[in-house]
Amino acid sequence: MNNLAPFPLLSLIIWLPTLGALLVLFFQDEERIKTVALTTALADFAVSLFLLAWWVNDGSMQFQEMVAWVPNLGINYHLGVDGISLFLVLLTTLLGPIVVLFSWRNVKDHLKTFMFLLLVQQTGMLGVFLALDLVVFFIFWEFTLIPMYFLIGRWGGKNRVYAAVKFFLYTMAGSALMLVVILILGWQGGSFDWMQLQGLKMPLSLQTWAFLAFALAFAIKIPLFPFHTWLPDAHVQAPTAGSVILAGVLLKMGSYGFMRFNLPLFPESTQLYAPLLAFLAMVGIIYGALVALVQKDVKSLVAYSSIAHLGFVMLGVASLTKQGLSGAVLQGVNHGLATGALFLMVGMIYDRRHTRLFSEYGGLWKQIPVWSAFFIIVVLASVGLPGLNGFVGEFTILVGTFQANPWWAAVATLGVILAAWYLLTAVRKMIFGPLDEEKNGSLLDLNAREIAVLVPLVLLFFFIGLYPNFFLDKINPAVDVLLQTVQSSPPPF
Amino acid sequence: MLSFAWIILVFPALGLLINWIFGKRMGKSYIALVASAAVFASFLTAVGLAAGLAALPADARAVTVPLWSWIHIGDFQVDFALLIDPLSVVMALVVTGVGFIIHWYAATYMLVDDHHRELSLRMYGRFFIYLNFFILMMLTLVLANNYLQLYVGWEGVGVASYLLISFWFYKPSAADAGKKAFIVNRVGDFGMALAIMWLFFLFGKEAGSLAFADIFHAAEGAGAAAAGAMTGITLLLLLAATGKSAQIPLFVWLPDAMEGPTPVSALIHAATMVTAGVYMIARSHPLFEMAPTTMAVVAWIGALTALMAASIAIVQTDLKRILAYSTISQLGYMFLGVGVGAFTAGIFHLMTHAFFKALLFLTAGSVMHAMHGELNIDLMGGLKQKMPKTYWQFLIGAAALAGFPLLAGFWSKDAILYEAFLKSPLLWGVGIFTALLTAFYSFRAVFRAFHGDPRSEHAEHAHEQSPGMTFPLWFLVIGSLFAGLLGLPALFGEHVNVLGNWLAPVFADLEGEVHGSEGLELTLFLVSSGVALLGIFIAYARYIPEWGWAKALQRLFSRLQPVLENKYCVDEIYMAAIVNPLRRLAEGFYQLGDGCIIEGIVNGVGAVTVRAGGYVARMQTGVLGMYALSFFVGVVLVLLWFLLFVT
Repeated sequence: MNNLAPFPLLSLIIWLPTLGALLVLFFQDEERIKTVALTTALADFAVSLFLLAWWVNDGSMQFQEMVAWVPNLGINYHLGVDGISLFLVLLTTLLGPIVVLFSWRNVKDHLKTFMFLLLVQQTGMLGVFLALDLVVFFIFWEFTLIPMYFLIGRWGGKNRVYAAVKFFLYTMAGSALMLVVILILGWQGGSFDWMQLQGLKMPLSLQTWAFLAFALAFAIKIPLFPFHTWLPDAHVQAPTAGSVILAGVLLKMGSYGFMRFNLPLFPESTQLYAPLLAFLAMVGIIYGALVALVQKDVKSLVAYSSIAHLGFVMLGVASLTKQGLSGAVLQGVNHGLATGALFLMVGMIYDRRHTRLFSEYGGLWKQIPVWSAFFIIVVLASVGLPGLNGFVGEFTILVGTFQANPWWAAVATLGVILAAWYLLTAVRKMIFGPLDEEKNGSLLDLNAREIAVLVPLVLLFFFIGLYPNFFLDKINPAVDVLLQTVQSSPPPF
Repeated sequence: MLSFAWIILVFPALGLLINWIFGKRMGKSYIALVASAAVFASFLTAVGLAAGLAALPADARAVTVPLWSWIHIGDFQVDFALLIDPLSVVMALVVTGVGFIIHWYAATYMLVDDHHRELSLRMYGRFFIYLNFFILMMLTLVLANNYLQLYVGWEGVGVASYLLISFWFYKPSAADAGKKAFIVNRVGDFGMALAIMWLFFLFGKEAGSLAFADIFHAAEGAGAAAAGAMTGITLLLLLAATGKSAQIPLFVWLPDAMEGPTPVSALIHAATMVTAGVYMIARSHPLFEMAPTTMAVVAWIGALTALMAASIAIVQTDLKRILAYSTISQLGYMFLGVGVGAFTAGIFHLMTHAFFKALLFLTAGSVMHAMHGELNIDLMGGLKQKMPKTYWQFLIGAAALAGFPLLAGFWSKDAILYEAFLKSPLLWGVGIFTALLTAFYSFRAVFRAFHGDPRSEHAEHAHEQSPGMTFPLWFLVIGSLFAGLLGLPALFGEHVNVLGNWLAPVFADLEGEVHGSEGLELTLFLVSSGVALLGIFIAYARYIPEWGWAKALQRLFSRLQPVLENKYCVDEIYMAAIVNPLRRLAEGFYQLGDGCIIEGIVNGVGAVTVRAGGYVARMQTGVLGMYALSFFVGVVLVLLWFLLFVT
C-alpha cells in the first residue's frame, strides 16, 4: 500500500480529535462533555487500529495523502506513516482515552476547556508523527506547545506559571533555528517535501548547520543532557494528564524527529555527529539516574527517570545499527507506556493525599494493596525486567550499541543497575515499611475506573515483553530502509 | 513425549493465576493445595522428562522444544525454547522436588505471621503466588535453550527473591534487605548483559542465534583466535554468577536475605536460586574451558568464599545466619568444583546441598516457631527433649553438611576436594580446612540449640511442631542420608557414579579428565572423614563437657572474633567506598549541576535576552535624527560588506 490511500485515513486520525474538541464546546453538562471527549478519543483509537489491519510490512510510507497547499512555494499537505511512526501514532491514540478517563473526576474547574485542550493536543501530536512536509510538520510541532502551555499553566501545581513559561520558551527557542533551516532547505530544494528533500545535495557546511539546528530542537524535546532542565519543572507542575502526555508522547517527538529528519536528510552529518549524540545520551543515562536517586518527590523522580530512559532511546538512534534503531523505536513506545503508567499512579495517590513527598508515605501496601501491586508491576516494567516490555527495547538498543562501540554499551548498562536502585528506592519509600503516617490510614484503594485506566497498559507490558515480534515485524523494514539511506552516503571524513 | 515439555511451565503458571484470581474466595487450605499440586505436577513432568530422555541413546539426549518467536531484528534472532538434556532435567528435578516439599511445609508454617498472629488470607495467598512464580521463573532459567531466555529466568527469580525477602514488607529491615538483594544482583546482571552482547557480537551474529549449542559451536570454531575475548566474556559471566550465588565480591545480600520467611530461605536462598550461578557456569562450560584464567579465578573465588563464609559462620549466634553463611560457604565449594573442571562434582554437590540445606532451614523454621521467633542459639538449649523429631532431622542435616562419613554431603564434597587436589593441592588445603570449620559450626549449632539445659523462657516452653511441618521433612532426611549414593567415586567401580553417567553426555566434550591413583583417592577420602570427625569432636569438647583445652583453643582465636563478628566489615566498606560516594555525587549533580550550573546558563540566557531587549528598546527614542543616523550607518556597513567580500 505504498500508493495514496483509498480514503484519507490519516487525516481522519489527525482531525477526529479536533472535531470532538469542537463538539465539546457545544455542551454545558459535565457528564456530556466527558462522554463526548471519551467517545472521540476511543473512536480515534479504533480508527487508528485500521492502520494495523491494512498494514504492509515493506518498510514503505503507507496511507499517503497528498494535497497541494501553497503550490508556488512547494508546500503540500503530505501525510504518510511507516514502521517508525506507526506505533507512536497508536501510542498517542491509546493514551488519549486513558488520560480522558483518568481526568474524569479530578478536574474540577473548567472541565470543558480542559477536555478541549486534551483533544486538540492529540491532533497536534498525531500531525507531528504523520506529516511528511516540513512546513506542515513544523506547524504541528509548534502547535503542540499551545495546549500543553495552557494545561500546565492553568491546571498545574504551585509553580505552574513559571513551569509553563519555561516549557514554552525553551522549546520555542530550540525550534526557531529549525524553522530557519527548513526555509533554507525549501529554498534550496524547491520543495518542502520530506521525500524529495532526501536526495538533496548540499554543501557539508550547510548540512552541518542544518543538522545541528534540527538536532537542537529535537535534543531539547527529548530532552538530551544538558538541555533537560525544563522537563522536571514541567513534569512536576503539570496536571497528571499533562504529565502523561508529556512523557508518553511529546518527548518521543524528539527522538522521532531525529529518526525521521536528521538521519535521512543529513546522513553525512549524522555519521559525523553520532558519537557526540551517543556521548550526551550516555551522560543523560547516568546523570538522570543519579539525580533521580536523590529526589524527595516521587513525581520528580519519575521525571528524572525519563531523562535516563530517553538517553537509551537516543543511544539506540546514535548507534546507527538495526538493533539500535528498532530498539529505539520500540523503547520510545515502552517508555510512553511505562512512564505514562507511573505518572498515572502518582496522580492517583496525589489526588488522595495531595502530596508527592516520599516522607509522607510508607507502608501503603497494607492500606491500598491494589494500587501497590500495580505500582510494583509498573516499576518492574520501568526497571527493564526481562519478560516485560522495557527489557526488549533496552536490550536490543544495547546490542546495537555494542556493535557500534562496546564501551558505550558498558557505560549504558551501568544505567541499568542505577535504574533498579532509584526505582526500588521509590518502592521502598512508598509501599514498604511501616504505615506510620496517620493520614495514610484512611486512603481508599483504586476504584474500577482507575483500574480500567491501568489494565490496558499493564497488558501491553506483558504482550510487548513476551511477543515483541508483533511490533518488530513492522518496525524492522522501515529501519532497514532508513539505514540504507544513511549508509548510502559515506561519512565525509 | 518430550515435545510436551512445556507443560512443566504451565502448572506453576496456572497455580499462580488461580490463586491470584480466585484466592480470596478459596480459603487457605485450597490456596496451599493448588500451589503445592502445581509444583508436584511439574515434578511428575520432570520425572517424565527424565524417563523420556533416558529412553534415548546417550548422544541424542539434548532435545530442543521450540515455544514461540521472541525478538527478531536483523541478525539478532532469539526465540523462546526449552532445552531438555540431562543437566537441565537434574536441575528441574531438584527445583520441583525440593520445591514441592517446601510448599508442603509452608502450607502449615505460613498460617501465622512473623509475630505469631494469624496470617491474613490475602498475605497467605500472596505468599503462594510468589512461590509459584518463583518455580515458574526457576524452571524458565534451567530449561532455557539460549542465553537471553536464561536471563529472563535469572532476573525473574531475582524478582521472586526480592518480593519474598521483603514479604514482611512493614518491617524496615525486611524491606531494606529485599532491595539490597535486587540491586546487588543487578550489579552481577550487568556482567550477564554485557557477556550476552559480546557473545552475540562474536558468535551469535553469524549463527543468527543465541542458543547455547550454536554459540558453543561457533566459539569452538573460533578457537584460539577468540581466547582473549573468551576470558573477558567468562569473567563477565562469573560476575553474574557471584551475584546470584552470593560469592565474593557480591555475597553481601544473602545474609540479609534471611529476613524472608524461613521456607523462602530454604527454597530460594539455599536449595535452588542461589545455585543458578553454578548451573550457569556448568551450562557454559565450553566457554569456560576456553578461558583457563577464568577457571582459575572461579576456583579461587570459590575456595576463598568457602573459607571466609565458614569462618564467619563459627561465631554467628543467629541460627538462620549460621545457615546463611554456611550456604555461601557451600556454594563456594561448588564454585571450587566447577572452577577445577569438576562440573559433575559441582552439580552433585548442588544436588546434595539442596536436600540437606533445605532440611536444615526448615528445621530451623520449626525451632523458630517453637521459640516464638527467637533464633539466637545462646537462648536455646535442651530442645532435644522438647522436640525430638526436629532434633533428629536437624542432626541428620547437620551431619550431612559436616561431611560425616557416608552421608550425602560427604560424597559430594569429597568428589570436589579430590579433583581440586589434582589441580592444585593448595586449593585442596583451603577446602579441607574449610571442611574442618564446617563440621565445627554445624555441630556447634546442634549442641548449642538442642543439647544442654534450656537457657531461656522460650526454650523452656518449646514444643514439637505439628505433623504438617515435621512430616514432609522426612523426605529431605532421606535425601540427606542417601543422595550421596548417586555419585559414588570411581574407587567403588567403573559405573557406580549414576549421576556422573547421566551427566556424561553434557560434559562429554571435556578433555579426558585427569585421574589420580586409587591410593590417592583413598587417602584423601580418609583425610576428609578424619577432618569431619575432628571438627565434630572439637565442637563436642567445647560445648558439651566444656573441656579446658577446647576453651583454650577458642581463646587462641579470640582475637579474630571481633573481625569475624563484624563479617570482615564488607558491608561497611561497600557503603563507604561505593554507595555513599555515589549518593554524594548524585546530590552534587542535582544541587550543583541541575540546580546551579545548567539552570544558571539557561536562566542567564533568558536574563540576557530580557536585558538586551531593554537596551534595544531604549534605542527607540522617538528622535528622528537618531533613526536617520543609524540608517546611515547601516547603509554604509552593507555597502562596505559588498565592496570588501562580495565583489
